Order: sequence, then C-alpha cells, then structure tokens
Amino acid sequence: MSFPWAKHYEPKSGFTKWIDQRLPLPRLVYGAVGAGYPVPRNLNYFWNFGVLAGAALAIQIVTGIVLAMHYAANGGVAFDSVEHIMRDVNGGWFLRYAHANGASMFFVVVYIHIFRGLFYGSYKAPREMIWLLGVTIFLLMMATAFMGYVLPWGQMSFWGAQVITGFFSAIPVVGETIRIWLLGGYAPDDAALNRFFSLHYLLPFVIAGVIILHIWALHIPGSNNPTGVDVKGEQDTVPFHPYYTAKDGFGLGVFLFIFAALLFFAPNSLGHPDNYIPANALQTPAHIVPEWYFWPFYAILRSFTADFLFIPAKLLGVLAMFGSILILFFLPWLDSSPVRSSNYRPLYRIFFCVLVVDVLVLGWVGGSEISPFKVALGQITAAYYFAHFLIILPIVSRAERPQPLPNSITEAVLAKKGGTSPAHTALSGSPVPAE
Amino acid sequence: MASGNTLDVPLHEEPHHDGEPRRRDFLNIAAVSVAGVGALAIVVPLINQMNPSADVLALATTEVDLSKVEAGQGVVVSFRKQPLFVRNLTPAEISAADKVDIKSLRDPETLEQRTRGQKNWLITLGVCTHLGCIPQGITSGEDRGQFGGYFCPCHGSQYDTAARIRKGPAPKNLLVPDYKFTSPTTVVVG
Amino acid sequence: MVRAIAILIGAGIVACLAWALFGTVSGAITDPAPPTAVEEFHRHPKDVELASNGLLGTYNERQLQRGLQVYKEVCSNCHSLKHVAFRDLTQLGYSAGQVKKFAADWAVKAKQFDPKSGDTTERPNTPADYFPAVYYPGTGNPPDLSLITKARHEGPAYVYSLLTGYQDQPAALLKHFPDAKVPDGLYYNPYFANLNLAMPPPLTQDGQVTYLDGTKSTVDQNAKDVAAFLTWAAEPNLPARHGYGLAVLGFLLLFCVLSYGAYQNIWRDIKH
Repeated sequence: MSFPWAKHYEPKSGFTKWIDQRLPLPRLVYGAVGAGYPVPRNLNYFWNFGVLAGAALAIQIVTGIVLAMHYAANGGVAFDSVEHIMRDVNGGWFLRYAHANGASMFFVVVYIHIFRGLFYGSYKAPREMIWLLGVTIFLLMMATAFMGYVLPWGQMSFWGAQVITGFFSAIPVVGETIRIWLLGGYAPDDAALNRFFSLHYLLPFVIAGVIILHIWALHIPGSNNPTGVDVKGEQDTVPFHPYYTAKDGFGLGVFLFIFAALLFFAPNSLGHPDNYIPANALQTPAHIVPEWYFWPFYAILRSFTADFLFIPAKLLGVLAMFGSILILFFLPWLDSSPVRSSNYRPLYRIFFCVLVVDVLVLGWVGGSEISPFKVALGQITAAYYFAHFLIILPIVSRAERPQPLPNSITEAVLAKKGGTSPAHTALSGSPVPAE
Repeated sequence: MASGNTLDVPLHEEPHHDGEPRRRDFLNIAAVSVAGVGALAIVVPLINQMNPSADVLALATTEVDLSKVEAGQGVVVSFRKQPLFVRNLTPAEISAADKVDIKSLRDPETLEQRTRGQKNWLITLGVCTHLGCIPQGITSGEDRGQFGGYFCPCHGSQYDTAARIRKGPAPKNLLVPDYKFTSPTTVVVG
Repeated sequence: MVRAIAILIGAGIVACLAWALFGTVSGAITDPAPPTAVEEFHRHPKDVELASNGLLGTYNERQLQRGLQVYKEVCSNCHSLKHVAFRDLTQLGYSAGQVKKFAADWAVKAKQFDPKSGDTTERPNTPADYFPAVYYPGTGNPPDLSLITKARHEGPAYVYSLLTGYQDQPAALLKHFPDAKVPDGLYYNPYFANLNLAMPPPLTQDGQVTYLDGTKSTVDQNAKDVAAFLTWAAEPNLPARHGYGLAVLGFLLLFCVLSYGAYQNIWRDIKH
C-alpha cells in the first residue's frame, strides 16, 4: 500500500472488471494478503503466528456456532446439555473437544505472537497502533475465554465465575454493587450463565473486527522483520502471495497437526477433572485454578499477600493482575531504544530471555497449589515481571549500546548466507522479480 | 529457516525446457488439492451435527401394547414427539368404513389399505393433514364428528372411522405410519 | 516523563512485593505450617492395566460386560449412571434384543407422568431410557458415576485403587496425629482425598459377583472390571476418537510434507 512498487490489482475477465467497479473486494484482498502486499523477504517462522492466530479464531467461531445449536444456557441443564453433545450429537465429542482445545491452541499461538513482537520490537514506532490493537485483542480474548469456561457449568466453571467476579468486589465502596450487577445475583446462577453465553457468542465477532483494524494498521508501515531495519526498496521485499501464503500454508499444516494430536489423543490433558463434576454452590473444590493460559496472571494475583501502606492486599492483587496486562499498552513509550530487533540489542536480549523464563515460572506457580516456597517464588517472579517493564526497560533502552545494524534487509540476508558465493552478491541488489 | 537454494535468479528466466518446472509445479498443485480435500472433509461433521442425535433416533420407533385397548376404544401414544392414534374399531365401525364408495372420497383408500392385516387396528398419526392440529375423537367422550371418526376443531375437518377425510378443508386422510405386528398384541411403529 | 513515572510505579510495586515476600519468608520460618495427616498418608492411585490406556487404547468388550455386571450387582444400589442410556450398552457387544431385556429387567423402573390423572406411574425401562436415578436412603451423597473417571485425576486408576484400598488406619498415623482418628461411620482409605470415606467397602470378598463368562471373580478383578466399565461410561467414544485421530494425523502429515515442498519450491530462487 505505502510501497510504490506494490503491484496493483488488474481484473482480467469482464466479470472481475464488473465486480471491481462495483465492489472492489478482490482488490482489497489482493492488497491485504495477496500479491499486492510487499513483505520483507527475511521473515522467520515466528512471523507465521499472526496468520495462525487468525486461523485459530476462525476454528473457534465455526465450532462455537455449531456447539451453540445444542448447548442450553440454564443452570439446571447446561452441564447435561454438554454431556448430550459429547455422547449423542453426531460428531459432538469432536466439535466440543475441538472448541475446548482450540482455545488453548489460540492462546499458545497468541503468546508466541506477543513474545515475537517483544523480541523484535514490533511495538515500536511506527507500529504502536498495531501493538495497542493487539493488546486490546488479547484482553478481549481473555474475557471471551473466561466466559466460555463458565458455560459447561462444572465445578471449575462455577467457582471460576465466583472468584473472577470476586475481583471486582475488591474495588472500594462500589465493588460489591458491581459484582452483583455483573452476576445479576449474589452468586453465579442462571442470570450470570445466560449473560456469559450471550457475551461469549458476541465477543469473538468483536475480536474479528479489531483484528481487521490490527491488519489495516499493519499495512500502513508494513511488516517488521528480524533485523528491525526498514524496508529500503523492492529488493527487500517479496509479494505476500505466493511467497508467504505458501509459507503460512505449511505453518498451518504443522499447527493443525499439533492441534489434532491434542484433540484426538489427549483432549482432557489441559482441562481440570473437577469440571466434570456438576456445579455445586455449596462445595468448593480443594484446589481452584483457572485454565493454564491465565496461570501467570493468577500467580501475580496471589503474590500480593500483605497489605501495603493503607491498601488492602486483595485490592493490590487485583490491581496488579489487571496492571500486568495494561502495562503492555505503555510499552511503546517505556522502551526508548531506536533499535527494534533484539538481535542488535545485547543487553535487552538478556533481559528478554529472563522475562520468558520469568513468565513460565509464574505460570507454573499459578497452576500449583500454594506452599510457602511457591508463594515466595511467585512474589520474586511477579516483582521481576513489573520491574522488567517499568524499571529495566526504560533504563536499558537508554544505557545500552546497540550493535551495528545492517544497512538493509538484503544486506543482512546476504551476510547470513555469507561465503556461499560472492558472485551472487552483485545479483542480489537487483529487484526481486514479481512472480 | 533456509531454503536450500541460494540462487537469486528472477523467476521468468527459469529454464522451462528440461521438464524440471513441471515436476515442481506438481508439488504446488498436490498441496493445494490436499488442502481442498481437507477443507471438504471438515465440512462433513459441521453439517452432520444438525442431523437427529442418537437420543432422538432412539425414539424413532415406538412399541405399543395393544392388549389393554378394548374394541371401541382408542389410545394416544407419543411417536416421534407427535400423537399417534391407536384405535380398536368395533365391527360396526369396520362395516361403516367398508360401505363407503371409495370413488366418492377425496383421498381414495380402503380400510384394508389403511390397516396391516388386522382391520380392527387403525393406527394413524393424530395430526390433521390440513394445518397440523390434533383432531378430537380418540378418547371416548370427545366429539367424533358426523362420520364417527375424528373431528378437527381448528377448521372443522371431519374424518370417518377409517380416519379418511370426508368433509372440511383437510386434503388427505390421516397419515398411516410404517408399523408391523411383532406379536398379536404388540405393534412396533416406525 | 513517562519513563520517570514508570520507574516510580515499578519501584512501588517491587517494594510492595518485597514486603509481601518478607512476610511469606518470615511466616514460613517463625510459624511453619504443621504437617497434616493427609499430606503424609494420602497415596497416589496405583497403576491399573486397562485396554483403554495409552494413546491407541480401546475397550475390551468382555471386560466391559463384566464391569457392567459389577456395577449392576454392587454399585447401582447407591450410585446412579444418569448420562448413560440403556441403548449405549450395544457398544459392549450386546444385541438389541439383549439390551431391551436388560433395560426392562432393571430394578428401578422409569417414572412416567400422566397429565390427565396427575399421577406418576412406573413402567419398565426401554433402550431409549437413561439409567434411572437412584434413591439413596442413607446419609451422604453417593456421586453419579457417569463421569467419575474423568472427574478424578487418573480416573480409572483412582477407581481401582479406591475399591481395593480399604484398610485399617495405620498405627503410625494415629501416633503422629492422635486427633485424626477415623470418625464413626467413615472408613479409612489412603486413596480418598481426605482419607476418610463414607462409603463402606463395596467389594469385600472374592466371588461376590459370579461372572457369566467364567472369569475368576476376585476383589481385584471386580475392581479392575468396574474401573474399565466406568471408563467406558465416561468416554464411550474413545475408540472412535483414536481411530479418527490416526487418520487425521496421517492426512495432516501428508499435507505438511506437500506444503513444505510447495513452500520450498516457491521460494527456491529467493535468498532469505
């Protein structure tokens, strides 16, 4: 779009010309994910995960719509209706396991997508808006996933709803009122279940809408790349189609293979057995945990065990948990380094690796039963999480001396292949042919 | 992340005469074809889930015990979530049905054709063929209409003792479902 | 400016967590949580060898039939199986006629409501009916067993271990935890979450169930068979799932190979 050498859609047949003059949708697709979108030629496999996230959302929407044809959002029958799907509906077990494990796959893909952005500085100017929209999508996903987990109305569904709506009661003065408003009652019941179902059906379409904005914003500056260096000319890019459609097709195959292995051979491995016990308002499970994708945030919540100054521990935990995500909105301004890619940021690279390990440890702590050791570990890792974004990043981005950047993507590509054959170096400056 | 090939030759300069490109293009076609097959296969469960589920199919047949239905009486049984009229006709009702000239009927059928060997057991759906109301007359004491069969109160369709339409807006006789006798007093419908 | 504020907030959060960490550590040192009887004596389920184990597991029909017999003669007095329908028993290798008779003979009859008289009457179960609810007169609340093997960690092993795990309370337990004596009316079982279970030992002696297929009936065998049956009851589609799974993975593997080839083919002239 903003690249002068981007190819333009040329309708060939009379019919496509007729369409193009009236509704230029093929033109839009051509420019968005077709041959009309020039993409850096050096993207690695981490750049597959955006498309995979889109595929995961599509899988969730399609399986979700058909499940909704059989599900009944009423406390008396919700659990039984899910069992009806699992046992009697044609292929119901497949659809339901696909939806439940699809949520996990969606989060795996999105987490890798986010960490890709963190490592390669994809949130930096001029791509701040892409990042902000991405964090918005992540928040919407979390809300959708939480409400979806409530729907089977098992023990974890019920108590998850109880605990998560309980967060709001930490808000001073109006907290309890808000909680009761959210639930439409004093404890999770039919009213809550029904509105969660309604919103669980709605939000994925909101996510799809924000994704369109996310991709739109992406097409203004174009894709980032592993060097973080701006595209200098046509020789730095290839058309999205067929180059990246082919690569994404292969990525999709691998994704589906892993997804199918999980779905067909270990469909309950990421779930919790207690959710096969019908909801019981009078009995709390011994060990309440959210789904694995919330574990790091749950660990942060549980780390705030002591009142600090005049603020109660419960409020601190809730604020910190929401803060740990909201912090990401400020990331583009917390990191002032002009260098995008961590490949050229020796100091930040180390802290990035520590952050990855830190989040994994937080996840492990969040999914485990409480013991003094794990609480202490959670407190240390939670402190690092916040320190990373709020303290280390602003300081490191000032103090660090980046390594020299390549002059262009093409130069970096050739340097990597260095020594293969100098004769080709001369050729490489020539524009990459258009298909 | 490395393509084995490091040549930077423009595609259109690719030599096309050694048969090599055709073999390579076959790979692209095969990959797209397999993807297409996969996309079609995934549609199957998405469509099939709308077919009746196993619990619904389990109720597709209904067994009716006839031993307690005396001559002149009838019972209503639930068959596929619809009322099924099972009536034990009296000899008088049978002869009344047989006497009708079938050429005069809107939907010409004999009682013989509407029963399975035993003419006294008249088994029909209790759904009026006009607009789907449940006719009266199966339980004793209800209005059986002027032909002694069934009377639909919605729009006044009248059925005779063979449950054939005789008067009123209904176009067809009450539907006779598939059924068979598994013993002299047991019938399996559906 | 943003960064200065951020560093300030960050320092605040870290201070807050450091303070909480101090509380955690000092609490662990000055006031360590005393060990509990459950921590020390609760046991992990014993492994149980079942045909349904493993990635390609399937069901052994004869074992499921024996398990059904154990469920019917022992468990079903107190535990319902409400998500399973009689018609599902054809998956155990029974004919439609056998299932029909089994349903009709089931001791607890189906309830039917007559809207005209307002009475609830009983009728024999049909294959289309689900296993009827069980009225349990005693105290406690025997759980429905339809999903029990999915509702417990390592469900099949748990069921097997629980049924064979009843024993006298160990003397060592009472020595260390004198207050942890098994309450009246409960039974000691190290595989139960809190060690003390309201269910009396259901399988008490060998030969309690007489198997129709001639298999030697021991407590261990009974427990294993009913664990297998309940695994089926919770996940009747397991063999189909594994079968489809293999086909799908094979198909996707083919697609991965072809699409990798196509990807390399398309990129063959681009250095990247």
